[in-house]
Amino acid sequence: MRDIFTLSLIASTIRLATPLVLAALGGLFSERSGVINIALEGKMLAGAFTAAALTHAAETSLGMGAASPWIGLLGGMLAGLFIAATYALSCIKFKADQVVSGAAINILMLGMPGLLSGAFFLSSGSTPQIPKDHLLPQSPVVIAITILALVAGIWYVVYKTPFGLRLRSVGENPEAADAAGVSVARIRYSGVLLAGILAGMGGAYLSIGQSSLFTRNMTAGRGFIALAALIFGKWRPVQTLLACLLFGFTEAVSIQMQGVFKLPSGDDIPVQFIQMVPYVLTIVVLAGFIGSSRPPRALGIPYQKEK
Amino acid sequence: MNKLARELLFPLIAVVAAFIVGGILILLVGDNPIVAYRLLLGSALSWPDGIGYTLFHATPLIFTGLAVLVGFRCGLFNIGAEGQLYIAAFATAWVGITFANSSSWLLIPMCFAAAILTGAFWGAIPGVLKAKFGSHEVINTIMLNFIAVALVSYFTQYHYKVPGDPILQTAPIGPSAYIPHLGRFIPGLPERIPLNLAFILALLCCLLVYLFLWRTKWGYEIRATGSNPFAAEYGGISIRKQIILAMSVSGALAGMVAINEVLGNRHRYYDGFSDNYGFTGIAVALLGRNHPVGVILAALLFAALQHGGIYVDGFSEHVTKDIVQVLQGVIILFVAAEGFFKWALGRRLPWNV
Repeated sequence: MRDIFTLSLIASTIRLATPLVLAALGGLFSERSGVINIALEGKMLAGAFTAAALTHAAETSLGMGAASPWIGLLGGMLAGLFIAATYALSCIKFKADQVVSGAAINILMLGMPGLLSGAFFLSSGSTPQIPKDHLLPQSPVVIAITILALVAGIWYVVYKTPFGLRLRSVGENPEAADAAGVSVARIRYSGVLLAGILAGMGGAYLSIGQSSLFTRNMTAGRGFIALAALIFGKWRPVQTLLACLLFGFTEAVSIQMQGVFKLPSGDDIPVQFIQMVPYVLTIVVLAGFIGSSRPPRALGIPYQKEK
Repeated sequence: MNKLARELLFPLIAVVAAFIVGGILILLVGDNPIVAYRLLLGSALSWPDGIGYTLFHATPLIFTGLAVLVGFRCGLFNIGAEGQLYIAAFATAWVGITFANSSSWLLIPMCFAAAILTGAFWGAIPGVLKAKFGSHEVINTIMLNFIAVALVSYFTQYHYKVPGDPILQTAPIGPSAYIPHLGRFIPGLPERIPLNLAFILALLCCLLVYLFLWRTKWGYEIRATGSNPFAAEYGGISIRKQIILAMSVSGALAGMVAINEVLGNRHRYYDGFSDNYGFTGIAVALLGRNHPVGVILAALLFAALQHGGIYVDGFSEHVTKDIVQVLQGVIILFVAAEGFFKWALGRRLPWNV
């Protein structure tokens, strides 16, 4: 067992958890305001593609050198914001079903990067490789500090500021919040847009941090794992962070430990079973077998202001 | 304005609007939208290949569209058709391999049962979880999709692969489990086109789903639960039972994709065979306004696009087949945000929508 907690495994857990943490915390803002966010996957894809494409452009055409990944990161966040704005318009202004619009965004973003990269880079779905020294910081220490600061900040915003109070009240009881003079629509817009920025950032870290290019469907379900972590973390920032670390750890284990551990029979532990862990845990927790995970009460219900 | 025209209007507007958005994107990436759309849709209308392949691609979409429809009618969102059809496809292949030496009369019904029952089982899980613990079926079906794919990939990789095969697929099923291609019965349709008996089954299922939902007591209770659960419960309907029933029927329909794929086409389970059928089923059900006839029409449209995507990839300079998914996404977005059109066109419509 001593071999599990090697430094390299811890480092890779942190690196793999980073996109999850960003997306899950984004989802937290949106879901606490009462808007379901199954579109995290699509927003991450938008962020990942835009970040990689812009970093490449900044590096080759503009000669921005080491500044280019930061341009890319900014672009990824804006892409997430743009997608989130579309999503917010459709489910807040036009009262579309949130799950349906989310599914639409996910399908749209499965195709969009391929279409654009086919045109810009004459490739089928991936962007050109970015050199190693023009990527976002990789050091686990730097990332860990950034993430901890971010979680602390989000915890403060959600629990200690007037905005956080309004956010939570709109997600639990929009009628009461409305009666108290809070604009339900405005708070929900903020929640969904913040989710877009953070999920876009998560996607960006995937393409220009963990990897060095965008490949077709590179999120491979990470948006849904982030959603799972949010539920597993009971829609709270610190617990969500811990859930992301756990899921990042399972991913790190499934990559690094392949063939290291053996079953008593002498066979490998099949990687598929390690991959299933986050999903099984989420179902178990949601059903209330291990503590209960209760969603915000107004989650998924469009708010119709009384006239 | 009669009811039918009204039902057709919004899907039609949504499709046209999506094609306009898609056209702008095609212009932006540097191609001519008219040429691209002609490739995309024109190729689907040629006989026999275009039509044959379009009907073949429509088959799984009719099944998954019906699956999503049955869920919707009960007020449930089955995003899990993808997982249900994967599990079912593997189970079907397993029966076809294990009992390969049985006669067709025995083996084909057994394979059908495997597809339907395994799909129903995988669909029932989120149904039971919702009925018993109140946990949201959307989250659970998403999670079960990933679990299904991982589980099936494990069994294929570790237990049912032909040793040395570089592709993640099972051994072939026994030839007595094959169902015939329609080319055998239709003059002019070559047998190489994989359009098979499952297409007829899919059409039959549309009729059955219609009869089930609108002509039986069970179907009535499912729809009553979907349109107003409180009133239904007050009227003596057990909502929990309806949720489990609807999710099982939904899963069974999704599972029937296996019949088309495993018995009619590849004759084995093949990892990653589904071209997002489960998710496209959502688009099919929504665009088809949750009616079996609408599902057929919407499935034909998406199947034509899917088939045309190959030609776009091959013959246009910049546009890739990804345009198909972009169009799908935009269509669902527009169908979902019906309020958008009411808002945009509201004052100009000649009647009150």
